[in-house]
Amino acid sequence: MDTTVKPSSLADVAHAKPVKVSGTRALGTGLETRGVHAWFGKHHALSNISLDFAAGTVTALIGPSGCGKSTFIRTINRMHEFIPGAAMAGEVLLDGKDIYAPGTDVTKIRLQIGMVFQKPNPFPSMTIGENVLSGLKLAQIKVENKDELLEESLERAGLWSEVKDRLGAHGGSLSGGQQQRLCIARALAVGPQVILMDEPCSALDPGSTLRIEETIRHLSDTMTIIIVTHNMQQAARVSDYTAFFLSDGGPGQMIEVAPTSEIFSRPKDQRTENYVTGRFG
Amino acid sequence: MIMPTSVQPTKPWKPTIRERANDVVIFLVSIISSFVVVAMTPMKGKLAYFAIFFIVYALLTSIFKGTQRGSAAAKDALVNSLVAIGAIVTVIPAASILATVLKKGLPGISFGLFTHDMGLATPTDPLNNGGLLHAITGTLTLVVIALILSVPIGILTALYLIEIKGRFTAPIRFLVQAMSGVPSIVAGLFILSAILYPITKAYSGLMGSLALTILMIPTIARTSEEVLNLIPNELREAGTALGATQWRTVAMIVLPAAKSGLITAIILGVARIAGETAPILLLTGGGDKVNPNAFNGPMGSLPYYIWKAFNAGSPEAITRAWAGLLVLVGLVLILFTSARFLGSRKILK
Repeated sequence: MDTTVKPSSLADVAHAKPVKVSGTRALGTGLETRGVHAWFGKHHALSNISLDFAAGTVTALIGPSGCGKSTFIRTINRMHEFIPGAAMAGEVLLDGKDIYAPGTDVTKIRLQIGMVFQKPNPFPSMTIGENVLSGLKLAQIKVENKDELLEESLERAGLWSEVKDRLGAHGGSLSGGQQQRLCIARALAVGPQVILMDEPCSALDPGSTLRIEETIRHLSDTMTIIIVTHNMQQAARVSDYTAFFLSDGGPGQMIEVAPTSEIFSRPKDQRTENYVTGRFG
Repeated sequence: MIMPTSVQPTKPWKPTIRERANDVVIFLVSIISSFVVVAMTPMKGKLAYFAIFFIVYALLTSIFKGTQRGSAAAKDALVNSLVAIGAIVTVIPAASILATVLKKGLPGISFGLFTHDMGLATPTDPLNNGGLLHAITGTLTLVVIALILSVPIGILTALYLIEIKGRFTAPIRFLVQAMSGVPSIVAGLFILSAILYPITKAYSGLMGSLALTILMIPTIARTSEEVLNLIPNELREAGTALGATQWRTVAMIVLPAAKSGLITAIILGVARIAGETAPILLLTGGGDKVNPNAFNGPMGSLPYYIWKAFNAGSPEAITRAWAGLLVLVGLVLILFTSARFLGSRKILK
């Protein structure tokens, strides 16, 4: 990164990232949403979201609290329906196939579209190693070489060197940032094409946040990442595209989506500009 | 500049010697006045000493604090002493029961008690004749069968209430709560009229266990429900997001995380039924010999043994009954202590 860049300028931060070369090693052809709406009971939480997520890109979803960002990513791996009273409309296409089509195996969808939550949530009754491989056990997947997968997943999550000597310790013995990277490793172990991250750093200190951001940049070589964040700097640092969500009292809407450097340097919508420059929200 | 070594840790909020002396004086005055009042009025007995001591103590502390620091402090002191009295009054009966059982039960305890049954002895025989082996094995048999029946039902009920949250959650929760208030004699009469009279037509350990199961299920179900409620929802979501079905998530994540709490629930359930007497009297037939077959023939048990010995009435029989009580109380106490020990360990590491 060019050291002359002023860190306070988000546009410069966004520009400073190395430009993605086309032709990624990421699996699949990406993810699309077509006119997605979401409801909680009678409350219309999200209205008409159509977004494309190209394979091998990082997309940041930004916007004030309550604008439906988290609800949106939960519709993408069908975790939305986990909430009683939830409903949705629209299509979510993974490699061109609607994951809400009748007869779709929900558990298979969640294996392809992994998720990392706001609060690190390693399984308390399992060791570090068991946590990483828990997805295989939970979804009853057989693998040839578990040790190799364990090391690879932890390596990709940037945690291997820190825990390789204590894989038998409990997940809860790690620091918050390590726990979150353990959760990322756990999500990676089942081999998803897409990873959804719901404010993965909001409970972490700046140092751990930096480690996770490095991990995200690394992972984006091989997978599609969608990250919800309240941290503008983070969106500028890690994402290739940024989508701005806003609710004007009604259901949340997507105001604008563009390459991240454009959102932070010349947003088309006045409301986006106000938000990213910190004038509201 | 203050040298670090010159600073000594103090506790300026600690009561001074003078304040402590005042407290001691009030305590002593309360004790003396309770003796004086008991001696000068027709009130008699231990209870009178306690009652007068507590009243005088509460009044004196609040008046004293009131004169020193005003009416708010007086009210504070009054409420404080009332709360302390409440706590002590709660402990007195429990401590007194334990002391009585220990005092009267210990003379009847001997090694032979745990190796013989009453097959060739009657309660009025000398104490070295017979024992309560049949009662201990009987109680354990009854409890184990009740456990085998009620643990799966109780925990599955809790899982339905917390994990499935199906359409019948509200009525089932209501029924489980109502069931925990069912008097044990009702459970006994139910088994008697629904199973023993029309079907088996004979006393057996199983009949007693069935009644105990009815009493045990609500305890296990309600405690397990509370334990499962404490498991954070994030763990369930994490499991689901990893492609697990609900059943796999519950079996591999929720139940292991709740393990120690569920063990506590089971032990509380056992403690609830171990000393249950009414259904046992109605259903087991109360044999005097060790009966290893729970499905046939009368089955002894500790509560039955105690009841029978007390009814026999001779000094030997009464001593036997107290010894039986001591064994029973010891058994329940061990269970409660282990429940507390397991429960005090954190559910989440």
